Amino acid sequence: MSKKTIYGIYDDEEILLKGVKFIRDKNIIIKDCITPFPVHGLDVAMGLKRTRLAIASFCYGTMGATLGITMMWYMMIKDWPMDFGGKPNWSLLHNLPAFIPITFECTVLCAAHLMVITFLLKGKILPGVVPYVPHERVSDDRFVMEIQTTEEESAHVSKMLTDSGAVELRTR
Amino acid sequence: MQESKLRETLVLGDKSYHDITEDICRPIEGKPNKYWWIAFAISFCMFLWWAVCLSYTIGTGLGVWGLNRTVGWAWDITNFVWWIGIGHAGTLISAVLLLFRQKWRMAINRSAEAMTIFAVLCAATYIIAHMGRPWLAYWALPLPNQFGSLWVNFNSALVWDVFAISTYFSVSLAFWYTGLIPDFAVIRDRAKTRGRKIAYTILSFGWIGTAKNWQRFEEMALVLAGISTPLVLSVHTIVSFDFATSLVPGWHTTIFPPYFVAGAIFSGFAMVQTLLLITRKVLTLENYITVYHVDMMNRIILITGSIVGVAYITEFFMAWYSGVKYEQYAFLNRMAGPYWWAYWSMMTCNVITPQLFWFKKLRESLVATFIISIFVNIGMWFERFVIIVTSLHRDYLPSSWTMFSPTWVEVGLFVGSIGLFFTCFLLFARFFPVIALSELKTILKTSGSQSKKGTTDHE
Repeated sequence: MSKKTIYGIYDDEEILLKGVKFIRDKNIIIKDCITPFPVHGLDVAMGLKRTRLAIASFCYGTMGATLGITMMWYMMIKDWPMDFGGKPNWSLLHNLPAFIPITFECTVLCAAHLMVITFLLKGKILPGVVPYVPHERVSDDRFVMEIQTTEEESAHVSKMLTDSGAVELRTR
Repeated sequence: MQESKLRETLVLGDKSYHDITEDICRPIEGKPNKYWWIAFAISFCMFLWWAVCLSYTIGTGLGVWGLNRTVGWAWDITNFVWWIGIGHAGTLISAVLLLFRQKWRMAINRSAEAMTIFAVLCAATYIIAHMGRPWLAYWALPLPNQFGSLWVNFNSALVWDVFAISTYFSVSLAFWYTGLIPDFAVIRDRAKTRGRKIAYTILSFGWIGTAKNWQRFEEMALVLAGISTPLVLSVHTIVSFDFATSLVPGWHTTIFPPYFVAGAIFSGFAMVQTLLLITRKVLTLENYITVYHVDMMNRIILITGSIVGVAYITEFFMAWYSGVKYEQYAFLNRMAGPYWWAYWSMMTCNVITPQLFWFKKLRESLVATFIISIFVNIGMWFERFVIIVTSLHRDYLPSSWTMFSPTWVEVGLFVGSIGLFFTCFLLFARFFPVIALSELKTILKTSGSQSKKGTTDHE
C-alpha cells in the first residue's frame, strides 16, 4: 500500500468551507487546508481544537511579572538598599508603587515575545525553512485541501474532491 | 457574510483576491519610479548629514550642542518625545482599532506600524546621544558591575523609560514582523527571479497558510493587540513621568500622562496622514487607502487635538488656581516671555488648525488634510520645545536665567533624523508589502465595492 497525497484546489473560500463539510461527511480524513488568508469557521469545520496560545501568553506574562518584581526586590531591597531623597528602600511593600511601571513592562515583554517564539516554534516557522507549496497561487487566490490516502482509494477521493467543487486536483 | 450597504466601502474598484495581490506586489516587483529615486536621494543625503553630526557629537562631546547649565535638555529631548509620540499612531491603529474591530485599519496598519518602528528608532538615537558617552549606555541596564553591586535606581522615571522604550520597540517589531510573514510568503510564491525567491523564502520563515497556522496567527494577533494597547499608553505615560516626577515648575503636574498620550496619538496620526497621502499617490493605492480612511483619521486628529487643547487650558487654569507663584510665573513666561513665539506657534498649530476638521469638506479634502497634518507635526514639535525649554530657561535663580539657541550640530541631528526616517520608510515601501494584503482579503467580500452592489441586487 503506497501512500499518496491529493490536493484539491478550490477558487473560493465558501466552496472550500462547504467542501470540508462534504468530505468529512463522507468519512474521509482531511489532513490540512491551505488558504491565502484566515478563513473564518474553517478551523471549526475541520474539527481543529482551539489554540492554547492565549493561555500560554498569560502564563508567560505572569512569569514576567514575577521575574520583574523579584529582580527589583533583589537589587533594591535585598542586595543594596539605598536612601533616595529620604525614601529608603527597606521593604517591598513600601516600594511597590515605584515598581509598578517596570513590573508591567516585564509582564508585557515576556507575554509578547515568548508567545511569538512559541508560535514560531510550534508552527515550525523559522528562517531557512523551505515549505512545500502545493499550488503556486495558494498564497494568492487558491484554496487547497490536502488529503492523505492510498493508491487504491485515490480514485474515490479524487471523485469526492471534484464533487465537492474542487476546480483542479494535484497529487504528490 | 455580507454587511449593510450603509457601511462604507473599504476596497474600491471591484477588486478580486488576485487583483489585491497584483496591486500590492507591483511596487516590489517592478522598478521604482523617478519620484522614489528623487525622494530616496534627498532622504539619504539628509541621513548622511545626520551620521556626520552624530559622529561629531560622539567624537567631540556634548559641548558641540547649544546646551548650558540652565538649559540641560533642549532639542535632544524635544526630538526624542516628538519621535516617540509619532510612533504611537502605528500601535494605536494596529492594536486599539483591532480590539474595536475597525475594519478600516487594515489598509493602513502595515505602513503605520512601519512608521512606529522607524520613529522609535529615531527617538532612541537621541537617548543614546544625549548621554554624552554613548559607549556607556549599558549603565542604564540592571547589570552587576565592577564597582560593587550598585544597581540602577528603580525609583527613577528615567530607568522606567529604559524598560518602557525597549519593550515598546521590541514588541512593536515582533507585532509588525509576524504580520509581515504571510505577506512575504505571497511575494515568495510569485517570485520570478532566483535572488528574490531566496530572499523572500528567508524573510517569510517558510510560512505556509495551513488552517492551524492561521488559527494561531489570528489568536496571536488578538493577544498582541490586547497587550500592546496598555503598553502604548504606558510608554507615553512613562515618558511624561520623566518630567512630571521632577520639581520643575511647568513639569510637575498630574495632567501630564493623559495629556502626553493624547498628544502622541494626535501627532502620530498627523504623520500617518502626511506619509500615506504621498504613498497612496506614488504607489497608486487610491482604491485601498480611500477618502473614507482619510476622513476617519481626521476625526481621530480632531478628537485628540481637542483633548490636547483642553489640557493646555487646564494646565493654565491649574497654575493660577494652585496659588504657587513659581508655577504661575512659568506659565506666564511661556505665553508672554521671550519664547512667546514658540508658545503661540504651538497654540495655533495644535489647538486652532485641527478644529477646521469639524467641516466635512475639509476632512475629505486631501490637500487640506495634507496641509493641516504638516501644521500638526510642527505644532507638536513646538509643544515639546515649549514644555522643555521654557520651563528650564528661567529657573528659581534669576541670576542663571538664560536663553537657548541650537548649534548647527543639533539642527543637523534633527533634520538628519527626518532623513533617517524617510530613508527607512522608502526602503520599506520598495521591498515590503505596504498593505497587509492577506488580512485585507478577509474583508473583501464584506466591505469590497462588489459586495456592496450585491447587497443592492438582493433587495
